[in-house]
Amino acid sequence: MPKREDIKSVLVIGSGPIVIGQACEFDYSGTQACRVLREEGIRVILINSNPATIMTDPDFADATYVEPITPEVIEAIIEKEKPDAILPTLGGQTALNAAMALHDRGSLEKYGVELIGAKVDAIRAGEDRQAFKQLVLDAGADVAKSAIAHNMEEVLAAADQLGYPLVVRPSFTMGGLGSGFAYNEADLRRIAGAGLQASPTNEVLLEESILGWKEYELELMRDKNDNTVVVCSIENFDPVGVHTGDSITVAPALTLTDREYQNLRDIGIEIIRAVGVDTGGCNIQFAVDPVDGRVIVIEMNPRVSRSSALASKATGFPIAKIAAKLAVGYTLDEIPNDITGVTPASFEPTLDYIVVKAPRFAFEKFPAADPTLTTTMKSVGEAMAIGKTFTQALQKALRSLEKRGSSFHWGDQPKTKEELLLLMRTPTDERIIQVQQGLRLGASIAQVFEATKIDPWFLDQIQLINEIADEIAAAQELDRKLFKKAKQNGFSDSQIAQLRKSTEQAVRQQRHEIGLRPTYKTVDTCAGEFPALTPYHYSCYEQTSEVTPSQRKKIVILGSGPNRIGQGVEFDYSCVHAAFALRDAGYETIMINCNPETVSTDYDTSDRLYFEPLTLEDVLEVIYAESQSGELVGVMVQLGGQTALGLSKGLKQAGIPILGTTPESIDQAEERGQFQGILDAAGLLAPANGIATNLEEAVVVANRIGYPVLVRPSFVLGGRGMEIVYDQKHLTGYFDRIASHALVDQEHPLLVDRFLDDAIEIDIDAIYDGEQLYVGGVMEHIEEAGIHSGDSSCTLPPITLSESQIERVASATESIAKGLNVRGLLNVQFALASDVLYVLEANPRASRTVPFVSKALGITLAKAASLVMAGASIQSLIESGDLPAKDGRSLPSGTPISVKEAVLPFKRFATKDGRFVDSLLGPEMRSTGEVMGIDSDFPRAFAKSQAGSGSSLPTSGTVFVSIADRDKPQALLPVRRLEQLGYRILATEGTARMLDRHGIRSTLVAKHSQAQSGERSIVEMITAGEVDVVVNTPSGANARADGYEIRAATTAADKPIFTTVAQLSAAIGSFEVIREGRFNVKSLQEHSRDRRTLIGN
Amino acid sequence: MTAYLVLENGDVFEGDDFGASGETIGELVFATGMTGYQETITDPSYAGQIVVQTAPHIGIVGMNERDEESSKIWVAGYVVREPARLASNFRAERTLQSDLENQGIVGVSGLDTRALTLTIRNSGAMRAGIFSDASNLSREQMLAKVKAAPEMKGLSLSSVVTTSAKYTIPAKGERIGSVAILDLGIKKSTLEHLSERGLDVDVYPSNVGKEEFLSESPSAVFFSNGPGDPQASKAQVELLQEVLKHKIPFFGICFGNQLLGRALGFETYKLAFGHRGINQPVMHKETGRVEVTAHNHGFAVKLEQDEAESPNGFGRVRVSHRGLNDQVVEGLECLDIPAFSVQYHPEAAAGPHDSHYLFDKFIKMIRGN
Repeated sequence: MPKREDIKSVLVIGSGPIVIGQACEFDYSGTQACRVLREEGIRVILINSNPATIMTDPDFADATYVEPITPEVIEAIIEKEKPDAILPTLGGQTALNAAMALHDRGSLEKYGVELIGAKVDAIRAGEDRQAFKQLVLDAGADVAKSAIAHNMEEVLAAADQLGYPLVVRPSFTMGGLGSGFAYNEADLRRIAGAGLQASPTNEVLLEESILGWKEYELELMRDKNDNTVVVCSIENFDPVGVHTGDSITVAPALTLTDREYQNLRDIGIEIIRAVGVDTGGCNIQFAVDPVDGRVIVIEMNPRVSRSSALASKATGFPIAKIAAKLAVGYTLDEIPNDITGVTPASFEPTLDYIVVKAPRFAFEKFPAADPTLTTTMKSVGEAMAIGKTFTQALQKALRSLEKRGSSFHWGDQPKTKEELLLLMRTPTDERIIQVQQGLRLGASIAQVFEATKIDPWFLDQIQLINEIADEIAAAQELDRKLFKKAKQNGFSDSQIAQLRKSTEQAVRQQRHEIGLRPTYKTVDTCAGEFPALTPYHYSCYEQTSEVTPSQRKKIVILGSGPNRIGQGVEFDYSCVHAAFALRDAGYETIMINCNPETVSTDYDTSDRLYFEPLTLEDVLEVIYAESQSGELVGVMVQLGGQTALGLSKGLKQAGIPILGTTPESIDQAEERGQFQGILDAAGLLAPANGIATNLEEAVVVANRIGYPVLVRPSFVLGGRGMEIVYDQKHLTGYFDRIASHALVDQEHPLLVDRFLDDAIEIDIDAIYDGEQLYVGGVMEHIEEAGIHSGDSSCTLPPITLSESQIERVASATESIAKGLNVRGLLNVQFALASDVLYVLEANPRASRTVPFVSKALGITLAKAASLVMAGASIQSLIESGDLPAKDGRSLPSGTPISVKEAVLPFKRFATKDGRFVDSLLGPEMRSTGEVMGIDSDFPRAFAKSQAGSGSSLPTSGTVFVSIADRDKPQALLPVRRLEQLGYRILATEGTARMLDRHGIRSTLVAKHSQAQSGERSIVEMITAGEVDVVVNTPSGANARADGYEIRAATTAADKPIFTTVAQLSAAIGSFEVIREGRFNVKSLQEHSRDRRTLIGN
Repeated sequence: MTAYLVLENGDVFEGDDFGASGETIGELVFATGMTGYQETITDPSYAGQIVVQTAPHIGIVGMNERDEESSKIWVAGYVVREPARLASNFRAERTLQSDLENQGIVGVSGLDTRALTLTIRNSGAMRAGIFSDASNLSREQMLAKVKAAPEMKGLSLSSVVTTSAKYTIPAKGERIGSVAILDLGIKKSTLEHLSERGLDVDVYPSNVGKEEFLSESPSAVFFSNGPGDPQASKAQVELLQEVLKHKIPFFGICFGNQLLGRALGFETYKLAFGHRGINQPVMHKETGRVEVTAHNHGFAVKLEQDEAESPNGFGRVRVSHRGLNDQVVEGLECLDIPAFSVQYHPEAAAGPHDSHYLFDKFIKMIRGN
């Protein structure tokens, strides 16, 4: 028997919240693994603190624990569930680290549970740099010259030997956290200092620089019989020096001869053997000297990684799925290749197309951050594109990023060739465009190569794109031949319009008139050698198309594109659920998306998958191709966040049926005047407001409605440029700050709202079918209004709202749903101030909180909503059991409390001088992910949410308190309680005085700016690790600088920080309960059983 | 300039001319390797064939002397989606375009290579012609030329690709013996593998007589890969039977495997569209392990049982390797005489190095004899 019969139950460890370097690719891999294991009849136990994932849906495991991924919690789960084995290789570095921690504390031995997928020795060999180096040398390969250091003295001594520049790499961190290039001693002290701290073993590796070498990756899989295959080779467009997650990457590798490629393959196989990955996958990174071909092995990950998700989507070979099968005993030749159905998985996919991945950055969210790309990953998401050629794939990938300026352009270029050549020496997210513009202005390939070390062949391809652009611009008339050539090289209609000084619409019309449409080819793992069973397509402009006709009713679902701050896995969750629900309801589902990290782009999530950019052109063409047979029922645009929503008008204009809420209604909700009309008609209030196109007008509006005001530019995402302004001086400062960003003008007025100080913010997710409102859940924010809802923690059910207040929220939501004529999902944000309910905004679409609500209350909101959009009534869904009879507004007492906490990426972003950016929360969203804590009461749930987000509350120690004047009265009680609980209190002067007057003893510490010589400032104490919790609420601009120093130091020291008093007050109960000992664990399935008992059905 | 690829079934693909201008006719096959185009086109086994590369970008790493598998380009014609405009690799000495031009190899680019591949997959390998200088020919005339060309089935091409005279490569390192090689289209890397393992390598033309072939009492005999239908190589099969009778250790690759099959008394047959790629899984029955291997064959040995008696009296024969994609015989091993062969390419240039052990096995067999 191939499958191991001794494994009856497996604990799968997920990767926790989405953070930079560890995103939803692990939801994709974990979801695949859970499915595979259950198909094998194995009982699956899952732990993942991230509620926004598909894998944590109760259907994917037998016992799903949305609990903090800490060794204590996992041990509690092991004790309770008694799994035979733990699979830690599909949950990123988080899962691997958790497995190692379990091993180190003896839990694995104690409970007799086996690690499958990778053994402890293999994990150690891959992660411990010294051990790995030896292993590479033993395998006959080379490594960069290097030295290990445990303190600054050792660091400096090593640098003397190796010379500058040097690479610094902390041990046991993920996504290259804390690593970087040091060009001199000052750099080295800064980077290695942070690196020693970032490493859990206080260890850094210093290496000779291989900057500018070519970088490659191989994805390998090995089974217990030592069969090894290379699934995919990946070449980095950006040479060594830029983290592979931040590089544009290409599959397959293109600039290697077979001799060089096979050498990498041989080394890779030797390493996977030597490391001892005997049932699973690994990723190995290589550097190749472009001058003489010397090969250095950079690193290996003995687990499924971001690159393996990319490789899976790039080749059609499902690495995570196969890894799970190998882990339970199968061999590669026993596993069929899903795509062909007839050949085994023990082969190496071959591609007859080119794949390009481009990273998506979010520097606009962190204006103070240094945008230089280094070995520390900074991108927040990625887009992948498939094309027949590199030029086509590259241009598709760049437009998939959906970011202004991300595509090649031929408009005005204010910079000179020389300026561009200088700029491109420093890798940033703009370098690809600088290269294109530089070549356009006449820089030679040799000059650009000298400046960037990007392979000349890639540069020539960009040159080719420029040449074709010139041809397009110069042609008397765009004939079919040239048009086709442009399309074959990836030009979009809108790029052609720019070159022809025409409009996108006109270009498209002309193209359709000459019958030039894309063809769709299939990703089949084998370059056409065997017929493919799976309709996984990409567009190109070749001769024949492979879309097979179908007579079914079709629904197109638009995905959410690359992850970015404000639009992440939560939207993919809704898209995937719609695909599942509509497939079950008998529709043929067609998914369009370009994010390789997602479950939605798994080839078996929908009936048909088009891996395409989410632009109007690309989406219209897919719809056209699919409209050639069967019946197109419509397109779902409300699930994929702003990306999909942004296409609704264009689709509607093109006569494409939109399912659910109409584009007009979506617009109504966005457009201030119209929305106000709906509120007025329903007798609902919005905060006093006005609009302004310049400072003078803004001052007038603010004076009329009264300070503080909340200002935000219209038509921006994720609260960009949103601020709370307390006085006129501050307002002037705001206009100064945004002046250079062109955020506000006649067309795009500034929205000025009365800011409701001390209001409670409330979120509601609901479904409306035209007749009936079904409330998914009402959430109460823990931070007061003014913190972006995506960054705010919230609790479900609400903990301070009365039943009548909740009823008012529900009934206001119903009025808005009616007014907007919603069909499907609706999210409304309210503020409750002095018992008056204000409507802040309404979004008739899937919201970020849909998955959280679903996990917290066991209501399958996204599924029900997609059925409503396709025409089902809420009543029918209740009758069919798809929705519980009672909705989320009437929760019986005894319902567990769920707390959602945001996870913020401040640690990833340093300023030019090497300090962390400010970690202050505000109306602009900056979190990358979220965790959920669920327990019987709020303090316990909140404590879990903190532990899950990576900053567990300490049970004893020192709390530093520095409170802004306006917050001081509210801060008294919580600080007193902390003192009573035995925490030592440190405070700055003003705060200490106030505490003293109220009889709370505190130790006075100097602010950073006030420290006398010889006196230690609070910043130094935090840095030295002497402070366990920091409470710092910001006040006026003067105190800001000090506050910044404190917050940055806290971020660096990885300690919990409270920047609002509301957070602190909420946390007090948690400080009390954590002293009782370890958390109780309970699976979602158990919660669901209890809920049924509670409501008596 | 426009170039036409005309298929025997009447399909015409329009593209741009590539390589030399002119016309060429051959058997149309597709190769799925993503690396190693230089090794592919210089592999004599491709003689008489027009090769379609499924990988879209060809020519990026240029051409260099080290990676040549023989002294010239053998493909009858070359079909690629997108030729490189410049060569970018530290070992590149020349460009693909210039080598094709200099050697008069007619090619075509810019056409839908995947559509072409699916046509071959569905209809089988067929005759085709590239016409890149054919302004005076109608489509019918081009098709007529294609149909007039000989078919691969029944074709002997050994005399085209073999060496004109015997030559010798001395053993490297410790000499353990000599091997007489029948050159049916041998690749340089095979010769390197054998000489590097201590064998004096004597390479004979394919029409060599058995007296001459065995005159120097070689320690072992090797039959190489090569083009053509094994059924049309009677003389070589007889030569091999002589070798087997003398129980001289024998190793054959590819065409050599087919000839061993025939010498033992088994049939060979033509596959629908053959195996041409470097990603092919092969099961090594003895170890139960999978080797990822390089393939280039349009014919195969017919043997359904895993073990059989040689109809020609050479004792028991075992199928040592089978292709996992389609269960085709990929290796034969004689259990009563010292002879074995594989259908795939353990020298693997281009391709994975998983099967280099077969050369060691050959050496072990020689030492043990």
